[in-house]
Amino acid sequence: MKCHDNSYGGLKMKIKALLAASVAGVMFAGSVLAGTLDDVRARGKLNCIINTGLAGFAAPDDKGNWQGFDVDFCKAVAAAVLGDANKVSYTTATGKTRFTKLAAGEGEILSRNTTWTFSRDVDLAQTFIGVNYYDGQGFMVPKKLGVKSAKELDGASVCIQTGTTTELNLAEFFAGNKMKYNPVPIETNAEAQELYKAGRCDVYTTDASGLYATKMSFDNPDAHIVLPEIVSKEPLGPVVRHGDDQWADIVSWVLRAMMAAEEKGITSKNVKKLAAQDNKDKEINRLLGKDPLQGLSKLGLSADWAVNVISQVGNYAESFERNLYPLTIVRGMNALYRDGGLHYIPPIK
Amino acid sequence: MSFNLLKIWRNEKSREIIVQIIVLIIFGWFISWLVGNVSGNFEKLGKDLSFEFLFIPAGYDINQYLISYNNRDSHLRAAVVGLLNTGLVAFFGIIIATIFGLFLGVLRLSKNWLANRIAYWYVEFTRNVPILLHILLWHGIIINTLPHPKQAIDILDVSYLTNRGFYIPKPIAEAGIELFYLFTIIAIIFAILFNKFSKKRQENTGKQMPVFWINLMVIILFPCIALLLNNFPISFSIPELKGFNFRGGLHLSPELIALTFALAIYTAAFIAEIVRAGILAIHKGQREAAESIGLKPDKVMNLVILPQARRVIIPPLTSQYLNLTKNSSLAIAIGYMDLVATLGGISLNQTGREMETMVLVLLIYLCISLSISSLMNWYNYRVKLVDR
Repeated sequence: MKCHDNSYGGLKMKIKALLAASVAGVMFAGSVLAGTLDDVRARGKLNCIINTGLAGFAAPDDKGNWQGFDVDFCKAVAAAVLGDANKVSYTTATGKTRFTKLAAGEGEILSRNTTWTFSRDVDLAQTFIGVNYYDGQGFMVPKKLGVKSAKELDGASVCIQTGTTTELNLAEFFAGNKMKYNPVPIETNAEAQELYKAGRCDVYTTDASGLYATKMSFDNPDAHIVLPEIVSKEPLGPVVRHGDDQWADIVSWVLRAMMAAEEKGITSKNVKKLAAQDNKDKEINRLLGKDPLQGLSKLGLSADWAVNVISQVGNYAESFERNLYPLTIVRGMNALYRDGGLHYIPPIK
Repeated sequence: MSFNLLKIWRNEKSREIIVQIIVLIIFGWFISWLVGNVSGNFEKLGKDLSFEFLFIPAGYDINQYLISYNNRDSHLRAAVVGLLNTGLVAFFGIIIATIFGLFLGVLRLSKNWLANRIAYWYVEFTRNVPILLHILLWHGIIINTLPHPKQAIDILDVSYLTNRGFYIPKPIAEAGIELFYLFTIIAIIFAILFNKFSKKRQENTGKQMPVFWINLMVIILFPCIALLLNNFPISFSIPELKGFNFRGGLHLSPELIALTFALAIYTAAFIAEIVRAGILAIHKGQREAAESIGLKPDKVMNLVILPQARRVIIPPLTSQYLNLTKNSSLAIAIGYMDLVATLGGISLNQTGREMETMVLVLLIYLCISLSISSLMNWYNYRVKLVDR
C-alpha cells in the first residue's frame, strides 16, 4: 500500500491549536498579566480579537479591511492609547475559541459580541468592561412558513450556532413552553446560514442583531422574518483579562467616552472645534482635555485621548449608524437613557 | 573508582543502559516541568484543575441520544451520549467499509477490464480527496437534493426520505417479547455448535453439509416461531407528518447518514488497496496448486488465497479502523453530536474548562483506539500462520 496518511481535517488542527494556545497561554501568562498598556505601546499595535465574520459587527469590506461595530471599538481603544485608530491587528475567533485566545494573550481585548454572564465573568477570570450593545436571542423563519410567534414552533428543527449562550436559552425557552424541537448545532454563522437556506432547519436562532445581519446577507431578505419574541437577555460587551485594573479602566472609559460624546453632542465633525474652545459645559472641557481631568495620568493616557477617539472613530451614535443602520437595526434599547434606552454613563468628573 | 566508571562506560552493554537511563530522566524531567508549569500558571490565572463540572446539569439539548437524555442531565451524561454517538458511527462505518473495501479489492484484481477500471478509478478518486470534503459533499447532497418534509418521498406510506433525514418504522417490543429473545439466543448457540460439529464431521469422514443454509434457516425460523407462539408481540411506530416534521418512527438524521457513509466510502478505498496487496502477496503457486486439484475459482479464493492473505491484511486494516474512528471527530463540521461536539464542544464552552475537557477527550480517544487495537491484535494472533 502506498503510504497515504489520511489525517486531514481542520478539527484536529483546531484541537492542536487550542492545546498549543492553552499551553502557550499558561507559559506566558506571567508576562501578560500586568503592564498591558506598556506592552501595547512597546509593540505599537493593539491586538484585538473579533468575530470571524458577522455583517455590521466585524466583516471585511471589499478592500479586505475589517469594518463593523465591534471593529470600531478596537479602533477607538487604539486611538486612545496609541493616537492612531489604524494601529490594530485583528485576530478572529469562533464562539468556542474566543476565551481561550484571550486567556492565551493573543489579544488585549475581546470585542466579539460576547454576552456578559456570571460564570464567564467570575469563573473564567475575565473582566467585562461594560455593555456596548443590548441584545437578546431571537428566531428567524422563512415567511412562507406562516409562523407569527415563537410559541408556534413546537416540533421545529432549529439551527444553532454552537459555542454561545444560545443553546441554554433555547433549551430553557422550549422546555418552559412545553415544546419539543430538534437542535442542529453548527460551528460558525456562515455554515449555519447555509443549512438554514437549504431547508435543513425551519428556524435559525441567535442574537437578534446577528439575525438581522444574516438576513441582510441573503439574496432575498424579505422572504424571512425575525419573530417578535426575544427569549433572553444578551448584554454584549468587550472583555479583558482579570488582573490589570489599569487596562480594564482604560478600555471601559473609552467606551464611556464614546457614549458621553453622543450625549454631549460631540461628533467627529465638531470635536476639533469644541476641543479648541472653552465650552459652557465643563464636562465637555474635561473630556476633550481643555480642563484637567483628575486621575487621567494614572491611566497613562494623554490629554487628547478622547479627541483622538471621537475624531478618528466617532461617537457611539456615529459608529452605530454607520455599521448597524444598513442592517435595519434600530436603536431601541441601545439608545441613551434620555432617549428611552439603557445607556446611562457615569459623569466625567 | 574513576577507573571503574570508565570501564562501565566502555562496556557496550552497560553503556546502552546508561544512555537509556539518561534519556528517561530527561524525558521525565520534561514531563514534570510541563505539568508543573501548567498547574503553576493555572494558579496564577486563578484557574484550578477540577472535574466537578462533570456533575452539574449540562443545560443543552442533543438531537440524537442512544441512552435517555434531557437538558437537566449532567455534563458527564452528555459526554457519554456523545461517546455513544461516536461509537455508533464508528461501528457501522467499520462494517460498511470492510464489506465494501473487500469487494472493491477483489474487483480491482478482476480480469474483467471494466470492473477493474471502475474499481481503480474509484480508489484513486476517493482516497485522494480529503475526508472532510467527502463528509460535506454527502451532507450537502442530502440536504440540498432531497425534498422538504412536506413533499417527502414516500415509500409504501411507512418510510419517508426528506432533507431532514430518513424516517422508517420503528419496532416496539410488547409483552411476551422475552420468548423471542430466548429463541434467538438458542438459534445462535445452535448455529455455533452445528458449525463445529459439521467441521469435525468433515475432518473425520470427508462429508460436507450445507452448513450456511441450515444455520440461516434456523436463525430466521426459530425467532419467527417464538413470535407466532406469543401472538406477534411487536408493534411498529410509523412516522407521521405533524406540524413541521415527522414524528414517531426511527429518525436517521442527515448528519448521521452523511458521516457514516462518507467515512465508510473513504476508508473502503484504503481497505481495497490493502486487500489487493494482501492477495497479491500470496505466491501465484498457491493459486495454481489449488486450481490443479480441481477447486472452483470461488473456493480457490475463499479456502486458499484469503485465509493466507488475512495475515498480511489485518495489521494495516487495524490502522484503517483506527483512522475511521478518529476521523469521526470531524462530525462537528456538519453538526453531528459526537464526543468532540458535546464534551469537547458545548460542555467546554459552557464551563470554560478547556484543559479538563480536552484532556478527557484525548484520553477517551486513546482508550477507544487501544481497545480496537487490542481486539485486532487478538484476531491477528488467532489467524496467524502456525509455525511447525
